[in-house]
Amino acid sequence: MRSDLALIANLINREARVLDLGCGEGELLAALQKEKAVKGYGLDRDANNILTCITKGVNVIDQDLDNGLANFPDDSFDMVIMTETLQSVRDPKNLMKEMLRIGQECIVTFPNFGHWRCRAQLALTGRMPVSQHLPYFWHDTPNIRLCTFNDFESFCAEERFHIIERRVVNVSHQESSILNLIPNFFGVYAFYRLGRPQ
Amino acid sequence: MSGSQDNSVGIVKPQRFDHRDTFALQSGQTLQGFSLVYETYGALNENKDNAVLICHALSGNHHAAGWHSAADRKPGWWDQCIGPGKAIDTNLFFVVSLNNLGGCDGSTGPNSIDPATGEAFGSAFPTVTVSDWVKSQALLADYVGIQRFAAVIGGSLGGMQALQWAIDYPNRLYAAVVIASAANLTAQNIAFNELARQAILTDENFRKGDYYADASTPSHGLMLARMIGHVTYLSDNGMDNRFGRDLRSGDLAVGENVQFEVESYLNYQGRAFTEKFDANTYLLMTRALDYFDPARTSNNNLSQALADVTAKFMIVSFTSDWRFSTQRSTEIVDALIASNKDVVSAVIESEHGHDSFLLPLPRYIETLKTYLQCLHQAHCTSDSLAAEA
Repeated sequence: MRSDLALIANLINREARVLDLGCGEGELLAALQKEKAVKGYGLDRDANNILTCITKGVNVIDQDLDNGLANFPDDSFDMVIMTETLQSVRDPKNLMKEMLRIGQECIVTFPNFGHWRCRAQLALTGRMPVSQHLPYFWHDTPNIRLCTFNDFESFCAEERFHIIERRVVNVSHQESSILNLIPNFFGVYAFYRLGRPQ
Repeated sequence: MSGSQDNSVGIVKPQRFDHRDTFALQSGQTLQGFSLVYETYGALNENKDNAVLICHALSGNHHAAGWHSAADRKPGWWDQCIGPGKAIDTNLFFVVSLNNLGGCDGSTGPNSIDPATGEAFGSAFPTVTVSDWVKSQALLADYVGIQRFAAVIGGSLGGMQALQWAIDYPNRLYAAVVIASAANLTAQNIAFNELARQAILTDENFRKGDYYADASTPSHGLMLARMIGHVTYLSDNGMDNRFGRDLRSGDLAVGENVQFEVESYLNYQGRAFTEKFDANTYLLMTRALDYFDPARTSNNNLSQALADVTAKFMIVSFTSDWRFSTQRSTEIVDALIASNKDVVSAVIESEHGHDSFLLPLPRYIETLKTYLQCLHQAHCTSDSLAAEA
């Protein structure tokens, strides 16, 4: 299993009901179905992604996250997952509230805008960072809600989202001790497992 | 016959299934047997697991693909989708398409002779529901030798039949493909059907439905009914792009003999419809649409109504379809998810309104084709080519 998928799979119980927001080509759900026998559903809007999901036997629903998740009842999933999508949604706060209404827990992953390469590019060149993990220019980026790990964690504190667990990885989705030294400087992606406000 | 022959099922011949036993309807009424006309395309494989049932919409019939004769002007109503290499690929699937009970294209309906009286049924023809159709289709499947369909597929009223199949016969289909449909009609949708019905019922030639022996039929009412329906199957943008304010004749400056293109089109479509369709069948079909509501007996809870379903679902809707909007499809999707069923959905960009489901829109065709190919790989044994040879 791909390392980033394995990281998430480790957090999912067997036969859980899983909702994947922005499921892309369905790799995660396909892997979870195979390895964890989950009942999974993915939301996506891209026509090609939907076709790919169909060929993988993934339950893919053509639904725009920016229109909300009001159609899903409270507590209807064990886990709601959103991988590398947070940074491109219109209303992350309400979306995350919705995720924790629908699911007992959720997993959110996103790229770190506080990574040293981003900081260095902005500081040294005076231009918006473009890198391997954030490959867009300012004018064509779908990433309208970029944040750092620190930003995200203070946001969770304000909204009283309970951070159960955080895993920080490099650009190859590998964990290492140096990342945890100064995660907001060295970490490329973070995986947050969140619970309801306590 | 015009157009390319390359991926057509070619010349097809309608067949007939005669059910000779008493058939009990949901209403409590009975029919002393019935006949269904149907067509098949492609070949049934040895294990008989590659059959697909096509359920037609309000004005459809059994002739879904191919041509009846070289002189035909048009192929079957869903020829865009059914044929070798097409979305419903007859190289893979054995396709069964019928004219529903109550229809007017050869199956037993109001214009058939009632064996009890020797005259056309007319007003005596019983109310038929979507459940009744599905039950009669299951008898047809028995007759053709199909225990389990790979898929039951339908658009609009046809989608309602696919949904009902999954509920009534959970072990007789692997997949239900529900296109531009709904789990019940909204008040607005029923209202449009009632307008259409009133157009027919108030035609002086309707005579309570017993007009078959007369020289005149309620063709004017039927024409109006079709025109009302037709407008609701299109979208504002779609009509504007197609007709705009173009004039067929006359001069707007003096306001004389003005006929807009859209008027001419609607009148033509309405008149053409009366030549091939029966007013009583139109009433019967619109009522079946209105009464359809599988959640009604499950506390109006659709996911509860779907509890015993085993079929996988594909739900397709179109952005400009306001008669069977994406919202209505989403309700089915949500109920399927809530009851832990397998479902994929696609919302197709289109300006062609409800009629989109009959059009060769590239994303629509590709999505349907991909879904059915995967279904074939998962559930059908692959001797269909051998069986064909």
